[in-house]
Amino acid sequence: MPLVTERSSSRPSTIAVIPAYNEAAALPAVLAELRHEAPWLDVVVVSDGSTDGTASAARDAGVHVVELPYNLGIGGALQTGFRFASRHGYQRVIQFDADGQHDPREVPCLLDALDQGVDLVIGSRFASGDHAYRVGRARGGAMGIIRLGVRLLSGRRFSDTSSGFRAFSPSMVAYFADNYPAEYMDSVEALLLALRAGFDVVEVPVRMRERTAGHPSNRRIRLAYHFVRLGVVMALSPTRHRSTMRGVTP
Amino acid sequence: MNTKAHILVSIVSITSLLFILRLVRRRQLRAKYALLWLSVGIVFVVLGVSPLLLDKVAKRVGIDYPPALLFLVGIIFLLLVVVHLTWEVSRLEERTRLLAEEMALLRTEVSALPSGTVEPLVVAPQPPAATSRTGSAADLR
Repeated sequence: MPLVTERSSSRPSTIAVIPAYNEAAALPAVLAELRHEAPWLDVVVVSDGSTDGTASAARDAGVHVVELPYNLGIGGALQTGFRFASRHGYQRVIQFDADGQHDPREVPCLLDALDQGVDLVIGSRFASGDHAYRVGRARGGAMGIIRLGVRLLSGRRFSDTSSGFRAFSPSMVAYFADNYPAEYMDSVEALLLALRAGFDVVEVPVRMRERTAGHPSNRRIRLAYHFVRLGVVMALSPTRHRSTMRGVTP
Repeated sequence: MNTKAHILVSIVSITSLLFILRLVRRRQLRAKYALLWLSVGIVFVVLGVSPLLLDKVAKRVGIDYPPALLFLVGIIFLLLVVVHLTWEVSRLEERTRLLAEEMALLRTEVSALPSGTVEPLVVAPQPPAATSRTGSAADLR
């Protein structure tokens, strides 16, 4: 079975990368919906050391599966997905959540932005202005401070810096295959990395749903810890970035 | 320092020196760390045997209370060692992460191969008896 299959769409070949850690409960419905709404899209599920049969659930759905031997965290799982994509000749990547939070009908909307020459498209819950997506106070406050930090560091406003619904251009895929940040809250760091390396980043408004299964990572103490850690990472990132990007040009 | 304490310190430092030598001889310690701890051990043995040395050095650098010099040097040294170790652990984590990613991708590629395309990894000349190809591929997985 060849890994890249023929596609009817005229778009450049695109693959949805779904990092999944113990999402066997939600994954079948998510994959079925993806197949129904976006049948032209190839899918790879990166099981991040799952112990609940996530990988076999994905195999049953007939998508590509990459099974990490132990839990690397979402950054490591995503980088694995980027490598899978670039090795098997996919040009563009859609980052998609395994917990049913993202709506596959919004995927073409992200790809349209890529068609206009953007390198990184972020699907934002908050960009549309109607506050349909609700977050808790602690989480909301943390998000606000991260937004401010990103604005101070990059000089640009982003409404949803931690969104995991993103689309990546071929050059962005090649860059992240080697440089994706492996720490927690990788999405914020990835955004800063892309901006600093001179990639073109835009946000588009998308609808998101509440999670269908799985635990949102909003326990306060853990959130506070990761928040402080991210703050340090962000504050130190100018020097970090020099050492992490060896001779990569966008 | 009285004689009893003198003997105690000497015994402790000589024992730890012997322990490190044993680790090195069994190849349980990389040479770079062995060298480090051996020199520490030697310093302790020297100080244990001639405690007056510490007093002299302390006087030379202007520290009135000689044990304070020992603590100062010891803490700075241990701090440097720990910083070095966390640096090494970070590097090792990065490397094992890359290995895990690579391994997972290769496993996916191998299992996507049609059965029978994985040749048995035999370097010696093949025996004349026919070997089951699918069996070998299954064994590799």
